[in-house]
Amino acid sequence: MAINLETPKKFGMLISQAHQVSTEIFRPISRKYDRAEHEYPKELDMLASLIDGMNASGETNTGARGVRRKEGNGGNQNGSNMSGVLSVMEACWGDVAMVLSMPRQGLGNAAIASVANDEQLARFDKLWASMAITEPGFGSDSAAVTTTAVLDGDHYVLNGEKIFVTAGGRSDAVVVWASLDKSLGRAAIKSFVVEKGTPGMVVERLEHKLGIRASDTATIRFTDCRVPKENLLGSPEIEVEQGFAGVMQTFDNTRPLVAGMAVGCARAALDETEDLLKQAGVEVDYDKPAYVQHAAAATYLQMEADWEAAYLLMMEATWMADNNKPNSLQASMAKAKAGRACVDITLRCVELAGAFGYSENSLLEKWARDSKILDIFEGTQQIQQLIVARRLLNKNSAELK
Amino acid sequence: MSGRNRQKRDAMGVGLAALNRLAGIAVLDRLKLRKPIERAVFQGTKAGFRGVGVANRTFTATQKRGKAERPAAASGRDLFDLTPTDEQKMIVDATREFAAEQLRPIAAQADTECEAPADVLKRANAELGVTLVGVPEALGGMGTERSATTGALVAEALAHGDMGLAVACLAPAAVSNALVLWGDETQQATYLPAFVGDDVPAAALAVLEPRALFDPFTLETTARKTGGGYTLSGVKSLVPRAATAELFVVAAAFDGKPALFLVESGTQGVVIEGEPAMGLRAAATGRLVLEDVSVPATALLGDASSYADCIRLARIGWAALACGTGKAVLDYVIPYVNERKAFGEPISHRQAVAFMVANIGIELEGARLTMLRGAARAEQGRTFAREAGLARRLTAEYGMQIGSNGVQLLGGHGYVKEHPVERWYRDLRAAGVMEGVVLV
Repeated sequence: MAINLETPKKFGMLISQAHQVSTEIFRPISRKYDRAEHEYPKELDMLASLIDGMNASGETNTGARGVRRKEGNGGNQNGSNMSGVLSVMEACWGDVAMVLSMPRQGLGNAAIASVANDEQLARFDKLWASMAITEPGFGSDSAAVTTTAVLDGDHYVLNGEKIFVTAGGRSDAVVVWASLDKSLGRAAIKSFVVEKGTPGMVVERLEHKLGIRASDTATIRFTDCRVPKENLLGSPEIEVEQGFAGVMQTFDNTRPLVAGMAVGCARAALDETEDLLKQAGVEVDYDKPAYVQHAAAATYLQMEADWEAAYLLMMEATWMADNNKPNSLQASMAKAKAGRACVDITLRCVELAGAFGYSENSLLEKWARDSKILDIFEGTQQIQQLIVARRLLNKNSAELK
Repeated sequence: MSGRNRQKRDAMGVGLAALNRLAGIAVLDRLKLRKPIERAVFQGTKAGFRGVGVANRTFTATQKRGKAERPAAASGRDLFDLTPTDEQKMIVDATREFAAEQLRPIAAQADTECEAPADVLKRANAELGVTLVGVPEALGGMGTERSATTGALVAEALAHGDMGLAVACLAPAAVSNALVLWGDETQQATYLPAFVGDDVPAAALAVLEPRALFDPFTLETTARKTGGGYTLSGVKSLVPRAATAELFVVAAAFDGKPALFLVESGTQGVVIEGEPAMGLRAAATGRLVLEDVSVPATALLGDASSYADCIRLARIGWAALACGTGKAVLDYVIPYVNERKAFGEPISHRQAVAFMVANIGIELEGARLTMLRGAARAEQGRTFAREAGLARRLTAEYGMQIGSNGVQLLGGHGYVKEHPVERWYRDLRAAGVMEGVVLV
C-alpha cells in the first residue's frame, strides 16, 4: 500500500447515485420547501425507500448507519464510514435541509447504530430516529442535562424538555439524553429510545429558522413519560470511572458526517460561483500566482484551498474510523475546519455574485443561510477547538475549561 | 496614515537624509569609523560578495545510454490510504533523526553565518542519500518508481529540523530530479553521475526573479537562439548555495514561453551576487546574474509541459517544507504554553491561548493533507496543477499564520533569538513566496 488520497473506485457508483438524487430531486424542490417552512417534502418518501434498498444491497450506505466499527481484516480499509460521509457530502451538495429530513437517516439512527446492542439494533431497524440532547438551559455543555429518568418497575419515567430536535416533528422515535441521578454528573447520563405515541411525550412546537427550513426543528416535552427499560442504549449501570465516554462516542462518529454536510454545501456554492465568474469573464488559473489574477479569482483560489483542506480532513477522519484508529482529534479538526470554511465560502460566494447571489433567484443566498447551522450543531466551532486544544495540550476539561 | 502613505518629508526626514549622505563621506574611513558601522550591516551576510561562478569540475557524458531513463509512474493504488510504505517509513525515520540530531542543533548558527556547514551537507548525502532517492537504479540511484510523496516526506522531515538547512541539503536534489524527469539521454549521462557519486556538487534550480508580482510563467530572463545554442540574459533571485553551485537549472523565456536550461557555473557571463534574505539564511541564497551567457543547444531541458510540472512540484516541495517547520512550531509551543504561567496557572488553560494552538493543529493538518494529495497525484501520473496551486495557497496563508502565532504564543520571548520561533517566522514567510529551488 502507499499514500493515496483519491476516492476509491468502488464508491463511484454510490457517489454518482447521490449526485443524481441531488440534481434531479433535491435541487428542483430546494427553493419550494425553503419558502414553505414546516411543510414535509413528500418527495422524500419515495427516495427513502430507494435508499433503504441501496443500504440493504451491501457496503454502501448513506451515513445514518455507517458508524459502527467493525473488526478489520488487518489491511487498509475504505468502508462504511467513508462511503457514508461521501454520500452525505454529495447529497448536501444538493440540499442540506433535505438530507436532514431524510426518513430513517436521522442522527438518532446514527446514535442507535453506534451504541445499540444487537437486539436493539434489530428492534429499532425500521425507525426514523431523531436526537434530543439540547435543553432550554444548555447547549454545548451537554453534561448539564436536567431531564430525568427514574426506574419504576420495567420502565424508566422521563421528565423534561428538549429543544432543537432535528426532524423531531416527523421522526418515528427520539433518542433522548436523560440523567439517572443528577448528583452523579456525566456518568449518570444515558440515552433512551422513545417512540412517538408514547403517553407523556408531546411535540410542542416547530422553530422558524435562518436556514435549513425544509428540516423541522422541534421542541418536545416529556411529562411522566414511561419508556420500556430495554430502550436504554448501552449499559444501565452508572460507571463513574467511565464517565461520559459512552455517549460522547456518538459524536466522534457524527462529527465527520456534519463535516461532510459542510463540505458538500460549500462545494455547491463554489461550483455555482465558478460558473458565474466564467460568465463574467473571470477564469481561475491554478498555476498563476493568485495575486496576478483577477481579485475574484484570487478569492476563489483561497476558498477552494480552504475547501480542499476541509474535504481531506473529513476524509482522514472517516478513514481512521474505518481502520479502527481513534479519531476524536481528527473528527473535531474536520468539523472545525469544514464548519468555518463552509460559512466563509458560502457568504463570500454571495458577495462575489452580488445582487444575483443575494436574491432568491439564486440558491447561493439559501446556501449561505443553511451553512451557518453546520458550524453550530453537533458541537460549535468553539467546542471543536476546545476538543482539539485539549487533545493537543493533553489537558482535561477541569484544566482547560 | 489613512490609506496610502503619502507623507511629505518633515524635519526628522531631512535629518535622516543628511545622515545617509554622511555615510558616504570619506572622513569615516580616515577616522576608522567605517568598519564598526559596516560590520553591523554585513556581518555574516556576505552581502558585498560578487564574483563569477565556481567551476570545480567538468561535466562530460560517460556511459551514454540509448535513451533517457524515467522512473515508472506509481501504480496499483485505489484505496484512500495515509499510511506510508515500509520503505518510506524507514527513509522518513532516518531523516527525522538526522534533522533532530544534526540540523536543529546547528540551525541558529547556520542562520547567523548564512552558510550550511560543508560536513553536514556531505552527511546529508552520505547518510540520507537525498539525491539518490529520486534517481532510478539504472542511473545509479535508489529509486524504483516515481516517488514524489517520498520526496515530500523527506522535505517535511528535514524542515522539522530547520528549513534553511533543509533547502541547502535538498538544492542539488532538485537539479538531479529535474534531470531524471526531463533530461534526455545526453543530459542524464553528462550530469547525473556526479549526483549519485560521493561528492555531490552544489547545484540549484533557479526560477525566481527579483520583482513584485513575479509570475513564473511570465519571465524576464530570456534565452535567444544564437549560433548552435542559446544565449541567456537576466537575473535569478534567492538561488540557494549560489556561490558554490556548479550547475544551475535556469528558468528563462524562449520564444515567449518559459523553459528550463542547464547552465554550468563556470560558463562565461555567469555572475553570482550574495542575496541574504529575511530567512532561509543557512541556504546561502544569492542572485544568479546571467550576462549574455552562451550555452550549447543541448542545454534546453524538457518542454512546455515539463516546465509547468516543475513549477508545481516545487510548490508541493515548499508546502512540504512549510509543513515540517509548522510542525516544529506546534511541537515547540505545546510544552511552552503548558509550562509558562501567568495569573497563577499555565497560559494553556486560557482559551485565547489554547485555541491558537488548536488552530495551528487544524490548519497544519489540512495543509499537509493537501500537499500529500498533490504529491500522490503527481507520482501516479494524474493531473496535479489544482492540488499544487491549492497547497501553495494554504502554505502562503496558514504557513505564515502558524509562524506568526508561534512567536505570539511566546510573547516577548518569541521575539528574541533564545528561542527558534523567530527563525521559523522568518523562514515560513519564504514558503509562500519561493518558486523552484526544491522538486519533489
